[in-house]
Amino acid sequence: MEPRPRSFYILSAFFALFVLFLYGPTLTIGILSFQGEGGGLTFPMRGVSLYWFFDLFEQQAVGDIWGSFRRSIALGLMVMVTTVVVSVMGGLAFRKKFAGSGILFYLIITALVIPSILVSLGVGLLFSQSGLNVHWSTSGFGAQLTWTLPFGLLIMFAVFNRFDKSFEEAARDLGASPWQTIRYVVLPIIAPSLIGVALFGFTLSYDEFARTLLTAGSYNTLPLEIYGMTTNVTSPVLYALGTLTTLFSLLIIGAFLALALLSNRRKARAGSDAGKAV
Amino acid sequence: MKKLLENRNVTGWLMVSPLAAVLLVFLVMPIVLIIIVSFWRATEFSIIPAFEWDNYAFLFGSPVTYTVFLNTFKYAFITWAFTLAIGFTVAYYLTFHIRSQTWQIALFLLCTIPFWTSNIIRMISWIPFLGRNGIANSTLMSWGVLDEPVEWLLFSDFAVILAFVHLYTLFMVVPIFNTMMRIDKSLIEAARDAGASGVQILWNLIIPLTKPGIMIGTIFVVTLVMGDFITVRFMSGSQSANVGRLISNDIALLQYPSASATAIVLLATVLITIGILLRFVDIRKEL
Repeated sequence: MEPRPRSFYILSAFFALFVLFLYGPTLTIGILSFQGEGGGLTFPMRGVSLYWFFDLFEQQAVGDIWGSFRRSIALGLMVMVTTVVVSVMGGLAFRKKFAGSGILFYLIITALVIPSILVSLGVGLLFSQSGLNVHWSTSGFGAQLTWTLPFGLLIMFAVFNRFDKSFEEAARDLGASPWQTIRYVVLPIIAPSLIGVALFGFTLSYDEFARTLLTAGSYNTLPLEIYGMTTNVTSPVLYALGTLTTLFSLLIIGAFLALALLSNRRKARAGSDAGKAV
Repeated sequence: MKKLLENRNVTGWLMVSPLAAVLLVFLVMPIVLIIIVSFWRATEFSIIPAFEWDNYAFLFGSPVTYTVFLNTFKYAFITWAFTLAIGFTVAYYLTFHIRSQTWQIALFLLCTIPFWTSNIIRMISWIPFLGRNGIANSTLMSWGVLDEPVEWLLFSDFAVILAFVHLYTLFMVVPIFNTMMRIDKSLIEAARDAGASGVQILWNLIIPLTKPGIMIGTIFVVTLVMGDFITVRFMSGSQSANVGRLISNDIALLQYPSASATAIVLLATVLITIGILLRFVDIRKEL
């Protein structure tokens, strides 16, 4: 191996600083959430305690943290499943040109670049003008899909651009029906990338703020609840909540990554699932 | 029936029908409705269907609008410059200086994980750093750089741009890394053999080949910053404004027609910007 150039060490230092920049603030509120009972929003720490975490379980002056947490998880799962299914179907369809596919593609890009407040405002207006009530599971759900679906589809486009079509041709030559080809050949091959789509679907929904602001109705999701707290809570309980939901996010990300790693290993070991279709 | 299913237009539309339905109901119809409502009239309590240009006339007649739009472009441009510089450097380091693929993936994941956590929490987490008694002030004071704490760290344009860079640099790193990884390493060797210096290789080879990734990252960062309202509101302590905040203030006052007019102008601005950027890159080829 050739020796490392000097630029390597400079850039390594730059990268380390970048990672510190990314994680430092989050770690800081992680530490500060263990603030003692009399502690404030900044250092110094006045003792170390779990006081603020316990405080989360007490009745808060306003809002409903745990209810919003449950709603966010439910909504996240709904968005995740829908995103995976719709993105796979869309990805399969876009492999062939069909009338209007160009327009649809530009719509997807529009959904990706449109300012989030327009979706919030527009969907809110749509529901109020047609006499429907906004609710996180209807208008909120749809508004979030306009953000998660483009990501899912872009991943699927990337996957199918690299997809080796000879597998499908082989399946067809062996007499598989179109449905069998998809079910036993295409889906198993793209399965690991679907984990990525699911991760995007869940986390983007779980953390979404702007698109749910005007579409969630009277029952808040967790990000809305947290934002509400920033205006009237000035104690480290805010940090405790932040730390807990970040830990929850990390847990989810870890689970998905482990799943992806596992399915890659299995694929490498088993080689193929030939014959399972019979 | 069978013949119908063999038609690629029919099967194509069957497969995309859920996607098309979602986009129609939650993207196209809302935009159309915003356009319609932007011509309506508002009273203190309700909005009334009408067709008048008053909302637009008021918007374009007010000097505030121009200041706010200018401010929005300022945020977008400064954030873009910082995220590009940082994102390019990080992607370059990961691609050309990390030699094992396992480490490449591990470090890349390290950069992407914050993207999957909450933006609101990541904004809140700057408070203990930037506040009056925060870490930045007390460190600078203990070093003797400052005599008394500076006030402009939190709740200022500085904080807004810092938060934008913190939240959105990732949108530069990912596409740039993606295109850089596809550069054929033998091209670089050939350039070196032909006597090119490191700077020449970077300027004449790597940057031109990375341009599509840079463009996609630019589109992401520019649209996210231009459409934002919450970062500006939170990090400036409601002291600065961008177009998104103009809209959200109108919404808070239930002035939906005027919010809609501003939203349409913002959308047009964003789409024109994207249209210009898309001239330089074919997104579908780059995935």
